[in-house]
Amino acid sequence: MRVRRTFTRWLVVLGVLHGIVVCAGFFAPYDPVEQDRKSPYLPPMRLHLADARGHFHLWPFVYSLRLREGSFDQYEEDTNEPHPVKFFLSGAGYRLLGFLPCRMHFFGAENARIYLLGTDAYGRDQFSRFLFGGQVSLLAGLLGAGITLLIGLCIGAVAGYYGGWRDSLLMRLAELFLALPWLYLLFALRAFLPLAVSPLEAFFLIIAVIGTVGWARPARLVRGVVLSAKERDFVRAARGFGASNGYLLRRHILPETCSVLLTQAAILIPQYVLAEMTLSFLGLGVPEPAPSWGNLLSSLQQYSVLVSYWWMYLPALFMVPFFLGYLGLASSLQGREEAYKIERSSLGSLM
Amino acid sequence: MKNNKAHFLCARMLLGPLLSLVALLGHPTLVFPQQRSAKEELLVLPGEVGRSGGRLVMSLRGEPKTLNPLIAADARSREVIGVMQADLVHINRATQLTEPSLAKSWKVSPNGLEYTLVLRQGIKFSDGQPLDADDVLFTFRVYLDEKVHATQHDFLIVGGKPISVRKLDAYTLVFQLAKPYGAGERLFDGFYILPRHLLEKQYQQGKFDQAGTLATAASAWAGLGPFRLKEYVAGQRLVLERNPYYWKTDLKGNRLPYLDDLVYLFVQNADAQVLKFQSGETDVISQIGAENFTVLSRQQYGYNMTDAGPGLEYYFLFFNLSEAGEKTPAEMLRKQKWFREVKFRQAVSAAVDREAIVRLVYQGRGAPLWGLVAPGNRRWGNEKLAHPARSLERARTLLKEAGFSWNNGPNGESRLLDAEGKPVEFSILTSSSNANYPKMAALVQDDLRQLGMRVQVVPLEFRSLLDRVLQTKEFDACLLGLVSFDADPTADTNVWLSSGGSHLWNPSQAHPATAWEAEIDRLMEQQLDFCLPC
Repeated sequence: MRVRRTFTRWLVVLGVLHGIVVCAGFFAPYDPVEQDRKSPYLPPMRLHLADARGHFHLWPFVYSLRLREGSFDQYEEDTNEPHPVKFFLSGAGYRLLGFLPCRMHFFGAENARIYLLGTDAYGRDQFSRFLFGGQVSLLAGLLGAGITLLIGLCIGAVAGYYGGWRDSLLMRLAELFLALPWLYLLFALRAFLPLAVSPLEAFFLIIAVIGTVGWARPARLVRGVVLSAKERDFVRAARGFGASNGYLLRRHILPETCSVLLTQAAILIPQYVLAEMTLSFLGLGVPEPAPSWGNLLSSLQQYSVLVSYWWMYLPALFMVPFFLGYLGLASSLQGREEAYKIERSSLGSLM
Repeated sequence: MKNNKAHFLCARMLLGPLLSLVALLGHPTLVFPQQRSAKEELLVLPGEVGRSGGRLVMSLRGEPKTLNPLIAADARSREVIGVMQADLVHINRATQLTEPSLAKSWKVSPNGLEYTLVLRQGIKFSDGQPLDADDVLFTFRVYLDEKVHATQHDFLIVGGKPISVRKLDAYTLVFQLAKPYGAGERLFDGFYILPRHLLEKQYQQGKFDQAGTLATAASAWAGLGPFRLKEYVAGQRLVLERNPYYWKTDLKGNRLPYLDDLVYLFVQNADAQVLKFQSGETDVISQIGAENFTVLSRQQYGYNMTDAGPGLEYYFLFFNLSEAGEKTPAEMLRKQKWFREVKFRQAVSAAVDREAIVRLVYQGRGAPLWGLVAPGNRRWGNEKLAHPARSLERARTLLKEAGFSWNNGPNGESRLLDAEGKPVEFSILTSSSNANYPKMAALVQDDLRQLGMRVQVVPLEFRSLLDRVLQTKEFDACLLGLVSFDADPTADTNVWLSSGGSHLWNPSQAHPATAWEAEIDRLMEQQLDFCLPC
């Protein structure tokens, strides 16, 4: 029971996190590509409860920041006017869930802008970019993992079930895929593509690339499960009754791979989100100005950014709960699987 | 869109040696030739007398490719060669005026066609061999030899004919030009005089391009510059040592340079240069970007920083105006119809927020430009040029006049349509070698988005970018920077002339394609023909 509870807990955590990212338009106060050219590299704003004169406020507020005279990146608080944080206020238009036109934002301030995670080189809100970037990166991870598992399942099942030359051929192919230097092939692939790729095309390209590259490992796992499953007594019995190959695979063997696939999915998704980040970091991903988690981190390639603007690291920190959630889910899935096995074997001995 | 970047020089305190190095590189404002002895005509530099000894360590962004001044095309090779060689007449980059160098004096004939140069007597190459007119004759013979493919070969073609050189006596030479040359004796800057005794054999065997590789033994290479080759370690460093025969002295008659050794460390990129400097491994760092300048000035200990003022570098956006061939795709032809429309280009120019580029990309250490002359150019800059402020309204009016219109796209954003009703979309190529390029392009992209243009930024590695722009011509627009090596426009002839190979938007035209290019050609010819000394 405890295993089940941790599983549910991780699932709820991931659900909430993904819910926020899916409704990025609502939770993000601003348009992710909008440049506020007066505030490049603005540090994260502080939420105040006490103002400059020492008065205590019940409602949190911010002071807007302005550039210090003659400086490029040093800001000071304008303590003349506190801007209380407002919830559910109207702002830049967006489409909720991709189709509902909407202007309502979760939070913001009137006559001032709130930058919770600071801004980047162009004065774009890092927090909004993080949420919208999550849509790109997480979707790439989910879809990529889906494609990988589908290919892995098909190839693994065929290799494991039919065996013989098909098995040898497919497994050698899998080994070849594991051994290829992917990064360089990706660079070569990018060189062959048309020069300018729209963000949408780039996005699907990334998914296709990530998805088709990683099938070898899940295919091997599935093959192993299928190999052992097809020798089980109930499979032999079904075959004895004249069940066709398709029926056997569908009804008896593939369901056995379910837990392996789920665990694999929980491991692969964060891996693929990271892969998207690597590609974007190297300039092979979603082009600017569209945000993605990789794009958010790529400015850290510059030494001056690395040592001057600590808040550029914050997106990386905010990504950690997502990865933690997936890995927690994977380990609780594994735990659940083992608990089932024990349950089943003890039941078997009782009967 | 157009931008100028200031150069910064930042030096860890090394006092005497450093000052003398700066002096050697031609920074003092007053230089006068003076005879020291009957034997050796040395150049005496004014200024503080320094101390001898010490070594100066600098970093280079990558390895130089060659020590041979004729075939060196990359900036790193030219930087190293610059301290190992000397030219006849030198342009002082600080004052932008010419100074005597190996030639102690020169005369120009009244018709501007004949330059008579007198060499310093008794001066020696870094291996102790004397310099005379034969070395100069040999040098120009090699520069003019088409088989050698010298990078500066084209600068010696004046009025369609190569310059001819003849010797009057062991120290006097006459250069004959087919047409007067507007830039005058600036012509001789950068033509390094080669040691005939070392290279003539190799040249006659037709192996000149193999001379001066980095693997050359120190004894087999010589020059007239302040330093000579000592040691080269592949992938790590190049060590130069003091040239004991150098022809400059200080006021007290001490032979320059003061420094014993000059070390160049090879590093990957600008950030690595900054790290090496911060860790104290190098003594001098120069030409650093604005962000790194800020980083270095924030934690200043043990070094001084100097803003050397604006340079001759400028950045600009240009469209592909190359002539359509048979293979040009229909889409390119459609796009070029917009690009060729003057009002379209004016609208783009009106929409670009130059001030924002200066502030956001260069942290205020740059200047917005409305022409191709950087503010660092004191001789040719024109303050009176109109500086229209950024105006999206004006841009929209111009586009409307040129037959463009707007509608609403699928996501409710405004889209610019051309006369045929097709949306205006194009891409801007830029170099990924420097983080500033994609940044500038991203700002331009956002500016043009406000006009309803859908622009994509494509950062490319520099070589493939040049290939696309100059060879295959498969690009829409490109954001690039150029550096003039001299304030005189003659240095940029192949950018300005429509027949020039670096006339980036439409290189190497047989005839000027537009009236305005023909006008620029005419003005360039006119200024080249204008004879200053006549």
